[in-house]
Amino acid sequence: MARITVTVNGADHTDEVEPRLLLAHYLRDKLRLTGTHIGCDTTNCGACTVLCDGLPVKSCTMFAVQADGREIITVEGLATGGQLQPIQQGFKEEHGLQCGFCTPGMMVAATALLERNPDPSEEEIRWALSGNVCRCTGYVNIVKAVRWAAQAMQEQAAPEEPATRQPATEQAATR
Amino acid sequence: MTARTRVDGWAKVTGAARYAADHRLDNLAHAVLVTSTVPAGRIAELDVTEAERAPGALAVITHRNAPRLSPAGDFYVQTVLPLQDDLIRYEGEPVAVVVADRLERAGEAAALVRVTYETAPATVELDDALPDAYRLGAYFEPITSSVGDVAAGLERADVVVERTYTTAARHHSTMEPSATLAEWRDGMLTLYDATQGVFNVRDAVCAALDLPADRVRVIAEYVGGGFGCKGFVWPHQLIAPMAARTVGGAVKLVLTRAQTFTSHGYQPPTRQTVTLGAARDGRLTAIRHTSVNSTSTYADHLEMAAICSRAMYACPAIETDHLLAPVSTVLPTPMRAPSDGPGMVALESAMDELAYELDIDPVELRLRNYAERDPTKGRPFSSKALRACYAEGARRFGWADRPMRPGALRDGNDLVGWGMASATMATFAAPASARVSIDADGRVLVEAGSQEIGTGTRTVLCQLAAEALGCPPERVTIRLGDTTLPPTGMTAGSSTTMSVGSAVQLAARSLRTKLASMALAEGDAPAELARLDGDALVVEGAPRTPLRELIGDDPVGAEASWSPSTADVSMHTFGAVFAEVRIDADLCLPRVSRLVGVYSAGRIVNPLTARSQMIGGMTWGIGQALLERSPVDRRLGRFVNKNLAGYLVPVNADVPELDASFVDEHDEHAGTVGGRGIGELGAVGVGPAIANAVFHATGTRIRGLPIAPETLLRGDGDGRD
Ligand code: FES
Ligand code: FES
Repeated sequence: MARITVTVNGADHTDEVEPRLLLAHYLRDKLRLTGTHIGCDTTNCGACTVLCDGLPVKSCTMFAVQADGREIITVEGLATGGQLQPIQQGFKEEHGLQCGFCTPGMMVAATALLERNPDPSEEEIRWALSGNVCRCTGYVNIVKAVRWAAQAMQEQAAPEEPATRQPATEQAATR
Repeated sequence: MTARTRVDGWAKVTGAARYAADHRLDNLAHAVLVTSTVPAGRIAELDVTEAERAPGALAVITHRNAPRLSPAGDFYVQTVLPLQDDLIRYEGEPVAVVVADRLERAGEAAALVRVTYETAPATVELDDALPDAYRLGAYFEPITSSVGDVAAGLERADVVVERTYTTAARHHSTMEPSATLAEWRDGMLTLYDATQGVFNVRDAVCAALDLPADRVRVIAEYVGGGFGCKGFVWPHQLIAPMAARTVGGAVKLVLTRAQTFTSHGYQPPTRQTVTLGAARDGRLTAIRHTSVNSTSTYADHLEMAAICSRAMYACPAIETDHLLAPVSTVLPTPMRAPSDGPGMVALESAMDELAYELDIDPVELRLRNYAERDPTKGRPFSSKALRACYAEGARRFGWADRPMRPGALRDGNDLVGWGMASATMATFAAPASARVSIDADGRVLVEAGSQEIGTGTRTVLCQLAAEALGCPPERVTIRLGDTTLPPTGMTAGSSTTMSVGSAVQLAARSLRTKLASMALAEGDAPAELARLDGDALVVEGAPRTPLRELIGDDPVGAEASWSPSTADVSMHTFGAVFAEVRIDADLCLPRVSRLVGVYSAGRIVNPLTARSQMIGGMTWGIGQALLERSPVDRRLGRFVNKNLAGYLVPVNADVPELDASFVDEHDEHAGTVGGRGIGELGAVGVGPAIANAVFHATGTRIRGLPIAPETLLRGDGDGRD
């Protein structure tokens, strides 16, 4: 057993864990943060993506002990005070999800993308999120969701812009 | 109707939505499967002593000590029940389940189970099993069909095209691996299951474990994709409750990604031969379509690939036939899109080949053979707007500018090709029931057993209920995925919107009748009289009544059932798909650069969720055309690529902007909703459209999907492994 202290979504947790315990299972089973999903156990799908000190990591491929002293953000830590983050709003408004199983990892990975590139092109989004597999949506709306979030964040940064926008797909879809 | 964002969007973007493996149960133990490493034979030695002594181990269940299960013998359950004998029928068959207090310990103990096998010779490759092919007696549709005289039609033809096409074994690869949590408490069994059919699972568990229906409850609140693999009942769904009963508590069993390749079915590979006879002007004189797919050695799954040829084109002589060839793998199962999906690969590739033999534009060839009625059943279609799909698709794609000659569209180092195909899917429906109730504050609750697997069922039912009641959708809450709710069919065969949607509309209507009668306080008043207006009821011939005055502490509800009618029509969805591919001339790497799909499916309840379904389906078509296959190793007798690095599904960078749309249509035969199902249609026609585009780009006809770079480099047209 090893003692670890991890900051998860802003709260400190100290626990005795087995060295073989994966971070994904620590989050899900010990901390009951089940929004982080496990889709493959071989680092291929990205469903388990969380932020570790601001960088996206696949939590199925990291031991809990490796998170000792680090700061983890999961999907549950994206919204603050009942207020959705732009990336969450984007996925909701642009219908960037169907079954929703890939969505937490997808949004976390997109959060990291927007952090380092606040205005990514469609192409940049597609390549940046190619480590996150979605079997339902065909990705088209996921790309739109990330664009939606990027624009909303820019508008937030420049307060003279109007804050609310019409989602583009809703207009397109009604033909 | 209007586009609406999903009613479950909030739960899904905050991580609050709970999938099967997310449920919190007290003292939850973990189960890990030990599966056979050989494809056929029997267990020679089985030693569990070390496993039983491992730290935290609670139970090790094998065929020796497993409870005896009773036959669960429905179509939806495999005939072979798990852990009942020492026979091995496929690689991956469960030979033991280990339960421990923690997942890591269960995994450790599972590794300590010692098994040796007496192996038997096994055939795992479809081609090797062809000599043993057989014809089933019956399936949900007739196995064979014949109208007219095909031999005479071929005799009369100016041109005959006869070709064999292959499609690969493929796996559903839902992002959520199947998972079952079973809790045994006070003689009651509760299952939280990743399933497309809670009622199937309940019935199978009741039969296998000899329990009455009221002691088993199955819940599937959110399901992380299904696509067919969670439709029928598979061994792990019986093993988890067996283990829970053995330890007398709650047990969680989650398949590993590798186990998802063998613990439930897959789409079997097919070998199909299509023979087309045509006159010079392109009119078909004969169609023959035969298909053989692999099934397991212990049960039958028929991929009815040739049924598309029964309905697609007007032709005086049509013959179809289906055979099965047994291999030692897990039983195959339907996968988006079953039957028509692989079938249209063959038919629509052959039509393209015929177009080139005749030098007729591929769209024009299809129009010349347009079926106004079902050519085999002789019935009218319930509704069909495929002509409009061809026209609109061609317009959106710019098809008019297409040079007929292959290899004519080069762009730098890219060989560019344009191809098209039709899409069709037989429409399924199932009996369904639903309950709609309203409380004194005007809050509406819709309840049905049906499951939300990602398609948008909650959202669409919410809209249909709101429409039928005349209230804003925001007032409506949907409860699904629970065997304690009104029974419905599986979420399968693209049947939910029509089936459950109609039940919800009927229940809403009968609720309005009830409310009208309550307000008028006399006899049965027709539903049309009552209209909701905020928290009041407006009834013609009566004063506006606040709901508070009508409804007490308990909500008022009504339940209704809907059954598909046997109306004398043939019901199919249709579409036209246009694809552009770009192939790197040196690397032979094919990529899809444009895809246009226009669909005829009756009324579209929610354009936003519907379009998303089509785009998702089209992406499955890209996978079918270029990426997805599960090769087997003859020596090891197993699938060799059992993870998402080996089994390639399209990722974000594989998919261009996709253009999906519907033609305006209302199908009066499609329940009270007026819409046929769309969940699978998008995955049909894309594969052959891409294959035809590859031919147009290169002049090489590849008759096996997927079209991998190595197949193109080899250029021999044979895609099989
Ligand atoms: S579960 Fe971690 S990458 Fe798939
Ligand atoms: S929404 Fe189902 S996997 Fe992405």
